Amino acid sequence: MSLKTFKGGVHPGDHKSATEKKPVVPANPPAVAIIPLSQHIGAPCEPLVAVGDEVKMGQKIGDSKGFVSAPVHSSVSGKVIKIGTCNSAPGGTVEAIFIENDFQDTWHESVKPNPDWEKLNADELKQLVREAGIVGMGGATFPTHVKISPPPENKIDYVLVNGAECEPYLTSDHRAMLERPDDLIVGLQLVMKIVGAEKGCIGIEDNKPDAVEALTKAAADDPRIEVRALPTKYPQGAEKQLIKVFTGREVPSGGLPAHVGCIVQNVGTCIAIADAVRKGLPLIERIVTITGSGINEPKNMLVRIGTPLEDVIEQCGGFKPNLKKLILGGPMMGFAQPGPENLPVTKGTSGILCLTDEDVTVDDIGPCIKCAKCVEACPVSIMPLFIGSAVEQGLYDRAEQYDAMDCIECGCCSYICPAKRPLTQWIRMAKSEIAAKRRAAAK
Amino acid sequence: MENKLIVSSSPHLKSAESIRSVMTDVLVALFPAVLAAIIFFGFRALITIVLCMLSSMLTEAIILRKKDIFGDGSAAVTGLLLAMTLPPAPPWWLCIIGGVVAIGIGKQAFGGLGNNIFNPALVARAVLMISWTGHMTSWLSPVDLVSAATPLASAGTPDFVKLFVGSVAGSLGETSAFALLLGAIWLFYKGHINWRIPGGYILVVFVMGTLLGGEGISLSAGLFHVLAGGVVLGAFFMATDMVTSPVTPKGQLIFGIGCGLMTMLVRFYGSYPEGVTFAILLMNAVTPLIDNLTLPRKYGEVAK
Repeated sequence: MSLKTFKGGVHPGDHKSATEKKPVVPANPPAVAIIPLSQHIGAPCEPLVAVGDEVKMGQKIGDSKGFVSAPVHSSVSGKVIKIGTCNSAPGGTVEAIFIENDFQDTWHESVKPNPDWEKLNADELKQLVREAGIVGMGGATFPTHVKISPPPENKIDYVLVNGAECEPYLTSDHRAMLERPDDLIVGLQLVMKIVGAEKGCIGIEDNKPDAVEALTKAAADDPRIEVRALPTKYPQGAEKQLIKVFTGREVPSGGLPAHVGCIVQNVGTCIAIADAVRKGLPLIERIVTITGSGINEPKNMLVRIGTPLEDVIEQCGGFKPNLKKLILGGPMMGFAQPGPENLPVTKGTSGILCLTDEDVTVDDIGPCIKCAKCVEACPVSIMPLFIGSAVEQGLYDRAEQYDAMDCIECGCCSYICPAKRPLTQWIRMAKSEIAAKRRAAAK
Repeated sequence: MENKLIVSSSPHLKSAESIRSVMTDVLVALFPAVLAAIIFFGFRALITIVLCMLSSMLTEAIILRKKDIFGDGSAAVTGLLLAMTLPPAPPWWLCIIGGVVAIGIGKQAFGGLGNNIFNPALVARAVLMISWTGHMTSWLSPVDLVSAATPLASAGTPDFVKLFVGSVAGSLGETSAFALLLGAIWLFYKGHINWRIPGGYILVVFVMGTLLGGEGISLSAGLFHVLAGGVVLGAFFMATDMVTSPVTPKGQLIFGIGCGLMTMLVRFYGSYPEGVTFAILLMNAVTPLIDNLTLPRKYGEVAK
């Protein structure tokens, strides 16, 4: 069987067997929830509560006037004990609200189902999505209500759902597709209604035949929705690659999916949309895969947002003594952490990957032998080796000429390089330098 | 926590491949050809190979002041490739000078692995060829080891079976197309070479041989030009040298075609019977230019 796919990519091995067959189990609610005020791309929220306030579960506790932003909610009921800072996945710290849990799980009065949800119009639905604080749950955390509000001149005809879960190790999307297929389809139908798209497509890597089957069944009544198996190849689930595979269209350089009539949503995001619209639930919990050679009991867990990483790790039997790397997200694009302390699970935490010294190598960087394996692997057909060499010499203008800004940071070039050159890292450096230069030029 | 965690930029997974493993794969790929050389030309062939490899590796180790003489394996590959281009029984000092020139001038003078413009083994062969033409063209017939002419320099009807198996006069590694192809299949399988360079190269040699090599259109002349001399060795092992060949897909095809064209121009119109060495060296010189003119169309490229 030959399946349509994209150009380039790598085969890192999926490493999913530890958790792919394990149903999602609820994690214990934390004694103290740490809710960061910025769990999304865009303007951080302002706190709506003060120290000493009683809050209820699902209560909005932070919001922003910025359009590109998403409110945050309390995932427990209890008392605000501190407004301070906590560590954030990409590094640095963010402002956060610390809530002491009273373990009563008293819902806030704003959380109520919408019995007439099918009659709501697009604007009302968008408002519900915004108020629920939904962001892209694959890890990019772009506010969903912004994504589903494309400029009117861009007619959207496709809504794509990324069920590829091409990151090795992670199984949270896989489990969500198996355990909540009907809600996922409702979420997709809602997005289609909001943006006026006639076609919905769900792409799933062919290492998850059970998920393909479950969703095909769930979508059987809606002829507008196509569920398709895609070859297991990283980065199959990347936005631009998914669009190319399903529609043959290419997002123009520097443009957005909406410019070619597409919107791409993650599996978890679709389910969150369905929950927000039908049950009025804000985004206060998510599925997290805790896995890797460095954890004693790998699991898929439904974790309250704000649960400290240490709590989750403890419920998975703790770290192995030879833990060497702790990663939030997957191994290809996730963020390595210096430790689990003062670090909560957030809306973008798709996985907690723990690797021991056997899986973590620190390699000497060799000279580029121009084997061109990075050129073959690059899914956007830029020249990682030339950009890497330019950055090594501090020649950012040359890096720009070789299209550094088109990099999607998938990591294929670094993965494949036999000389162990950190190409993706160098390209990221080039991107930030070039962006800084462009900002300076715009002033 | 007592043990410190490593914090580094993603990706956190790396393929198992290293420069050393790639070079080792190339050595493995050349093994059938080494075996064929020893079968056809005897113990002397082995001595030539060992001398070339040792002098290459030692030169590299001395220049880089490294104790590990195998190192990343690239010098061993260069030494072996050089031996493959030599006649079966050259004087011992020729092998040693070859190794020193290949690594010292061909590679390290440019800044070492990855920075050389020309294929180091071919640089050495070119130097030896020009400096000691007599020694470099004292060919022996296989097995009985008496002086003989190479197929390219002799008249008469070629015996294709002999050419394919390699029981003809010639340099150590260029005679047995069969043994070289076995190695090439291994390199394809490991993903270290693709069809573009060897394909373009051999196709052009075949087409030009067919059109210009015989009387009228002669397919057997085309086949003869592919199998005789160093085209198979050159196309699969020399022109595909990663460092000195283009990195873009289109560029690789152009490079292969260029090598074929130059080889046949030397064979038909040059003063040497064989043109593989100079063809590849000439194309090496234009590799950076080819790369820059053949950058692939990026995803979502907008017409300027």
